[in-house]
Amino acid sequence: MINSFYEGIIVTCCVNIIAVLGMSVLTGFTRLFSFGNAGFMAIGAYTAAICSVQFHLPFALSILIGSAAAGIVAYLLGSLTIRLRGDYFLISCLGFGECVRVLFLYLRDITGGAVGYTGIPFRTTWIVALVCAIAAFIIAWNLIHSRFGQAFSAIRENEVAAAANGIDVVKYKKMSFVFSAIFAGWAGGLYAHYLQHITPVLFNLPKSCELVITTVLGGLGSLSGSVLGTLVVQLLPEFFRKFSEYRMLAYGIAVVLVILLRPSGLMGYKEFPDLFKKTGKKKSTGGA
Amino acid sequence: MNSNTPLLEMKGVEKHFGGVRAIDNFDLRVMPRDIYGLIGPNGAGKTTIFNTITGIYQADAGQIFFEGKDITKIRPHEAAAIGIARTFQNIRLFGNLSVKMNVIIACNIRGGYTMAEALLRLPRYRKVSKETEERAMKFLDSVGLTDKADDIASSLPYGHQRKLEIARAMATDPKLLLLDEPAAGMNEEESLDLVDFVKKLHRDNPITILMIEHHMDVVSRLCEQCTVLDFGKTLAQGTVEEVKQNEAVIAAYLGGEL
Ligand SMILES: Nc1ncnc2c1ncn2[C@@H]1O[C@H](COP(=O)(O)OP(=O)(O)OP(=O)(O)O)[C@@H](O)[C@H]1O
Ligand SMILES: [Mg+2]
Repeated sequence: MINSFYEGIIVTCCVNIIAVLGMSVLTGFTRLFSFGNAGFMAIGAYTAAICSVQFHLPFALSILIGSAAAGIVAYLLGSLTIRLRGDYFLISCLGFGECVRVLFLYLRDITGGAVGYTGIPFRTTWIVALVCAIAAFIIAWNLIHSRFGQAFSAIRENEVAAAANGIDVVKYKKMSFVFSAIFAGWAGGLYAHYLQHITPVLFNLPKSCELVITTVLGGLGSLSGSVLGTLVVQLLPEFFRKFSEYRMLAYGIAVVLVILLRPSGLMGYKEFPDLFKKTGKKKSTGGA
Repeated sequence: MNSNTPLLEMKGVEKHFGGVRAIDNFDLRVMPRDIYGLIGPNGAGKTTIFNTITGIYQADAGQIFFEGKDITKIRPHEAAAIGIARTFQNIRLFGNLSVKMNVIIACNIRGGYTMAEALLRLPRYRKVSKETEERAMKFLDSVGLTDKADDIASSLPYGHQRKLEIARAMATDPKLLLLDEPAAGMNEEESLDLVDFVKKLHRDNPITILMIEHHMDVVSRLCEQCTVLDFGKTLAQGTVEEVKQNEAVIAAYLGGEL
């Protein structure tokens, strides 16, 4: 029905869309930067894989447990770090992501260490991945347009004013962080059931950076921008296979260019439907 | 609580920054339905008082009561929840969001639906969202910004931004409204408009107002009672007419604005 090359591309795009949508809520809407979300992907991936292989749980349940595990860890981590100033929070996430990777490397008995965890059943077909990506988009969209997402946007715009208008800044930041981790865990679980074999290096620091870069490139404060950004970042290297070694270099240059030329990213603060509206009045969608 | 209980009472409140005594042994009693003025030269400690009331700063000494309850250690969002709303001297809007969204966010203080209801777009979420939007439009209407509802907040002219900030504060359904220099940067005519606007706001809503203001004409037109501060210390307290005669006050202003 569809050859494995295209299936691979679709699954990779969809998995990354889910993880980036989580980042988008965290960074684009709440203005919290995390360079550790690959760590949450790893937690989701390994937890879901172990549930499937060790405990023979149904696929959907494994994915659910994987996401929940990522969310719980984010809640605990957030309780410690969310009060930190923005840049310290960012560093703490970076440290966390690396800790997770190294931990999974050393817990050889459970995770298979550097060799990886094998024997995961193939469950994430391109259809499953696509359905999940669409569901993730709808969930994120509904969140952003609810009072919860509106509180995130208020925090992004002005923390002091948000608090003065009744928003518990710490609580909502933590909520946003947990949400992004659940999405990362979901993406990780799906990815594990596509690859069938996962290693810690899949979820390293460059992967976390890629998620942040994709979000910034797609445009802060825009979910459709995040989808577009993911497609650009995932598909372009496919067309320029020869240069895949320079992938990170290209990302770096792209981000510098975006920040210099178009600081709000490809779709900053706009969703696709806004592009077709009359441009007379600027309209914001940051949780509109 | 009887009718003699002040809505807001501060007793011996102090706030220091390093060596600076921003407010020193400060007392205040604001009765329900008052429009109370807080006057003083630059750096007198007026904004610091607002910040201690709303929990942005913690007082170093003294106590603050709201409706008789001790709120000295309150956190900012809790202050909003019990009915203390404020505007800021240097306007703090949600700049990239629409004018309407600025007010909707404040209306959300009522809650009304759960996360699950929102994620699944259940009927209650849709009903409450619609009501919230209508309520927000009502507040925009009361400050005359209905036709700007879809504009980006930061694109509004300065005077409209001030009004939007007041509309947003009112949307949290406050008992006490703190206005930090609402007439700052306004000319004579605009400040007179503001006086009418605040009077109307006070008449139409069951609120008490505590306002910081430099423009003496604004204060004398609006406030019955006021407190004058200088270097964190209370110079005088009483009706505006009494305060104007006070020698310490006249000295502090060097015969300036007063
Ligand atoms: N966060 C802070 N850190 C250090 N010093 C502060 C801080 N906030 C206020 N101050 C100091 O406290 C004193 C009172 O400041 P405040 O802003 O309350 O004055 P104000 O009466 O509102 O003046 P203005 O009319 O200029 O607004 C000033 O000397 C100010 O420098
Ligand atoms: Mg001030």
